[in-house]
Amino acid sequence: MSRLQARFAELKQQNRAALVTFITAGDPGYDTSLEILKGLPAAGADVIELGMPFTDPMADGPAIQLANIRALAAKQDLKKTLQMVRQFREGNSDTPLVLMGYFNPIHKYGVPAFIADAKEAGVDGLIVVDLPPEHNVDLADPAQAAGLDFIRLTTPTTDDKRLPKVLNGSSGFVYYVSVAGVTGSGSATLDHVEQAVARLRRHTDLPISIGFGIRTAEHAATIARLADGVVVGSALIDHIANAGSSQEAVKGVLGLCAELAEGVRGARK
Amino acid sequence: MTQTSYRTGPDATGLFGSFGGQYVAETLMPLIHDLAAEYEKAKEDPAFLKELAYFQRDYVGRPSPLYFAERLTEFCGGAKIYLKREELNHTGAHKINNCIGQILLARRMGKKRIIAETGAGMHGVATATVAARFGLECVIFMGTTDIDRQQANVFRMKLLGAKVIPVTAGTGTLKDAMNEALRDWVTNVDSTFYMIGTVAGPHPYPAMVRDFQAVIGKETREQMLDQEGRLPDSLVACIGGGSNAMGLFHPFLDDKDVQIIGVEAAGHGIESGKHAASLNGGVPGVLHGNRTFLLQDDDGQIIDAHSISAGLDYPGIGPEHAWLHDIGRVEYTSVTDDEALAAFHKCCRLEGIIPALESAHALAEVFKRAPGLPKDHLMVINLSGRGDKDMQTVMHHYDEQEEHI
Repeated sequence: MSRLQARFAELKQQNRAALVTFITAGDPGYDTSLEILKGLPAAGADVIELGMPFTDPMADGPAIQLANIRALAAKQDLKKTLQMVRQFREGNSDTPLVLMGYFNPIHKYGVPAFIADAKEAGVDGLIVVDLPPEHNVDLADPAQAAGLDFIRLTTPTTDDKRLPKVLNGSSGFVYYVSVAGVTGSGSATLDHVEQAVARLRRHTDLPISIGFGIRTAEHAATIARLADGVVVGSALIDHIANAGSSQEAVKGVLGLCAELAEGVRGARK
Repeated sequence: MTQTSYRTGPDATGLFGSFGGQYVAETLMPLIHDLAAEYEKAKEDPAFLKELAYFQRDYVGRPSPLYFAERLTEFCGGAKIYLKREELNHTGAHKINNCIGQILLARRMGKKRIIAETGAGMHGVATATVAARFGLECVIFMGTTDIDRQQANVFRMKLLGAKVIPVTAGTGTLKDAMNEALRDWVTNVDSTFYMIGTVAGPHPYPAMVRDFQAVIGKETREQMLDQEGRLPDSLVACIGGGSNAMGLFHPFLDDKDVQIIGVEAAGHGIESGKHAASLNGGVPGVLHGNRTFLLQDDDGQIIDAHSISAGLDYPGIGPEHAWLHDIGRVEYTSVTDDEALAAFHKCCRLEGIIPALESAHALAEVFKRAPGLPKDHLMVINLSGRGDKDMQTVMHHYDEQEEHI
């Protein structure tokens, strides 16, 4: 059983949703980013998405764009991101970690080498924003053959006709992008989320995580009542952007993570 | 397998060999499939084609002349040089050929809002123009660096009723404008039609924009047969994303005796690292929806392009060009900022035509090649745009360039 499967199964037994946290690797610098990463599980993160920085994050809003710029300015690259995962795994063997980003850095690294190195480093899955199922052969197929989960994004524009194509070959969990927009933009109505989850459940048994625009413990709790996972990214990253020092960044991110975790854990009680 | 035709691509998945494709976020995939399906229908629809032909003729001013450049020819003392006068089109460049096609498609699809990216501003102006003509809301994304060097075009877009949104990300050039346009599109999926200005982006854009621009090559073929009784020996065009070049080249790809030359922007020189020559100085990668040659570092991070010409200042190139480069059907060369400026001045003085700095890159290649060719060699240059927009840039370089004049 993969770490993602194990984690979602365990949480299902506890009757609660997962808190899925996103940060960009190397933001604002390697050491601080690693400290945040290592602190996330204790602060209540159940699943970690670690962003691979890219110069042209076309599906991201301002918060994550700036996180990418900060990380790249601090000389983060894919090799260092994999190294960060290795260092994280030295002290953590059960929190699933998913790399998220865009295809070009992986393409440049070389797909076979990337898959091998990601596996070895302790990566559990991949989310690659600009690889729709039309391009499964590029990465999703070989990654899954090597035992890495490939998590798909589904969106409000993914209709019933297209949904099977998107879900076929998804593994780990399904990430529902609740608004048509960039990361960090406005949030969906509860009605919309409820209907979307119901629609997805008709098509898949995979856990469903919901993201985009979730910023507070209350909001996270509301989503946690409906879905199997709640994804928070931009709100956490804002604490890095607004921090006056590294220590403030670590404290800010982990502090919000703890609040969100409390919201998610108390949601169905 | 032998290649029987170079003109059948892309395949059903949008690939030219291993280039092209549909590398976009899931939110956009259904839209792109809709667009591809609608375009397939439209291009077989006589009513659509009739309307397109009407606007090409009476609104754009087509056909554009194929003009024998006698003085340029005398000066070079070799090949007989013809200019395909795309700069005479309404709005002053080839860009409108594509915009007219896409706006008719947008209207057919019931879209109410048009967005576009622009570099030099020519695509922005052409987009704003057709949006005004058809009464649709228009938003143009333009990098702040480009806004600074293309003030006149920014004002033209505003006059035409478009909203110009400055993009500060990155170096504030075309690549960043395209990122921002994609972000807008993801956010406004229902109402909005994204009018990409070049033969790049996810399928069907590279093929669709090429088809709308291919009117350049089709006319050139007929005009040359009419004027010289035979096909040209060589074609030369500048390349940023590559739409004016693809428009000229595509109808000739299967004429194996026609030599085809694309000219990239070498900026300060390929070896300086400050250039926009994706084929000559880049490697394959994935950006803006397609796999193509890109300027990138060892980590796959995109490197900002540099060219004196805002319209060539892009770190990628249309995927069909990447394929034609890969299989060797088209020769891709490059020309520096200084060479382009020198050619710009020569064209002004010899022909009384002020070319766009983009087109001046193609002219610079002609000055290199034409003198060594026989007098019966027929060479066609795509004069893709006029240089009015470049006055500020040329004035800035005027003093240091005076020795060339």
